[in-house]
Amino acid sequence: METLMVCLIGIFVVVATYLLLSKNLIRIILGTALLSHAVHLLILTIGEVKKGDVPLLKETPGPYTDALPQALILTAIVISFAVTAFLLVLAYRVYATNKTDNVEKLRGDEYE
Amino acid sequence: MTNFLLTPIILPFFTAILLMFAPKKVYYQRVVTLVSLILTTACAVYLIQTIHTEGIQVVTFGNWPEPFGITMVADMVAMLLVTTSVIVALFTVWYSFKSIGIEREKFFYYPGVLLMLTGVNGAFLTGDIFNLFVFFEVLLMASYLLSVLGGEKGQLRESIKYILVNVISSALFVITVAFLYSVVGTLNMADISVKIAELNQPGIITTIGVLFLIVFGLKAAIFPLFFWLPSAYAAPPIPVLALFGALLTKVGVYAITRTYTLFFVHDTGFTHTLLLVLSCLTILAGCIGALSTFNVKNIIIYNIVIAVGVILYGVAQMNEDGLMGAMFYIVHDMFIKASLFFLVGIMIVVTGTANLKKMGGIMRTYPTLAWTYLIAAFGLAGIPPLSGFIGKMLIVEGGLAAGNLWSSLWILLSSLIVLLSVIRIFIYGFWGEAKTLVPKESRTHYKQLLIPSMLLVLLTVAYGIGAEWITPYMQDAADVLLHPSVYTDAVLKE
Repeated sequence: METLMVCLIGIFVVVATYLLLSKNLIRIILGTALLSHAVHLLILTIGEVKKGDVPLLKETPGPYTDALPQALILTAIVISFAVTAFLLVLAYRVYATNKTDNVEKLRGDEYE
Repeated sequence: MTNFLLTPIILPFFTAILLMFAPKKVYYQRVVTLVSLILTTACAVYLIQTIHTEGIQVVTFGNWPEPFGITMVADMVAMLLVTTSVIVALFTVWYSFKSIGIEREKFFYYPGVLLMLTGVNGAFLTGDIFNLFVFFEVLLMASYLLSVLGGEKGQLRESIKYILVNVISSALFVITVAFLYSVVGTLNMADISVKIAELNQPGIITTIGVLFLIVFGLKAAIFPLFFWLPSAYAAPPIPVLALFGALLTKVGVYAITRTYTLFFVHDTGFTHTLLLVLSCLTILAGCIGALSTFNVKNIIIYNIVIAVGVILYGVAQMNEDGLMGAMFYIVHDMFIKASLFFLVGIMIVVTGTANLKKMGGIMRTYPTLAWTYLIAAFGLAGIPPLSGFIGKMLIVEGGLAAGNLWSSLWILLSSLIVLLSVIRIFIYGFWGEAKTLVPKESRTHYKQLLIPSMLLVLLTVAYGIGAEWITPYMQDAADVLLHPSVYTDAVLKE
């Protein structure tokens, strides 16, 4: 199971890297979103996916799955959520002010 | 009262919350921010004294036993950096009153500064690797706000690049933490150190060490990863730039120092040689950049890169002189970079341009500014009675003791280039015929900007002259860095 997950995460990272290297701002932001998915899946995978019950003490007899990675993912999800929201609004403002969403054209001059 | 070590985190945090209730009342914002930062400075200085007399202070949230809860650890390394950050933030806020502009002040500028300080102090004080990630995000989110606040064309354009680089490095950070957790099965930094010692550092741990170097190197702007820094730092206004230049990269440097002295100490052959080579290349890249440009802001920005290289060179030596020198140098560098950005900011205000070729003869009209700048420039280069000297001397001594003759000579040579790059500003800007002096700002405005800058420069002079008194504290810091057992014993209380 872990091998399968790691291959899937690898594909996510490949696609994310490809999108991050493109010139369109929205594609780049989609790339960061995919990268965060890959990261969250990786945290889940390192906590050993195959064995154990849901970590709810009264509901299931145990042994339980590792609860720590799930807490880490929850934290990482809300952080990447906030950053992505900020990034999308910023991309909109950049588009409105600079009149382009092509990163190649987003250059300044040295002494401004 | 063990919870006292949380004051450098919670005081700025709660002040920021208080400030958010009345964003349009600028006078209230200024007074509350200043009072809170003075209080925080007092608490931080008191904590340094406590640590010096009673040893490392540890508090674990919720009274959980040690490796299970989140631990906050105030050792001398962290506390020296926290105190320096708070003092730099205090001076930056004072400088901001006259320079940042009323529009930004009304749009959560001071809460932004205080939340960034919360993140920086938290990152220095935490004893948990995932909590370090969270505090990194706290300071980064605040820095995104500060870098984009004002919404000028250039700011918008550069901050999106800055944010993208940091989003990617944050993702890498989480990946690295995940790998480390799968190997050692713990997140507490002291516990990780003990577990790695038990495992005797297999190859995978060395790989994770290099990954950490990439992650924190992106934050700290080391050699192949510094590409984002010059343009991202040139965009925001001067006080924000001073805050970024003094604090943000140093958090990355601190994180590299912490992980490379606490975790990856059992097989230093590969990791620390890599760090040494990269630090020398970082200095080279910074030197080339500093000489390549006539933009006054960019010259100082490239000097940040050089300083990062020098500090990490000291860390890579792993002996007492090198580590003590690195501690001396990092504190010096935070003060001097902030004061140089302040002074360069005044130059831009009085000439109306950042282009050195268009400046000239400022000394005739503003002699105090000229002499203050000269002292700061000599301090940066490390002329003996001033602040940069003792740190660099110890770093070079450490390098020679570790048998790195050529790279130590390289550090000395880089000081000459640093001196050349900042003296070029002095020669082009202050000497010669007066060019484009635009007296658009009144004389009192200039004085109000100069006073905090001069005081900060005076502080660096005092730091250089009073090195004798500071040495015992630096000794404590080097002791923690050199002996991981001091740290782990204090946290795990075995």
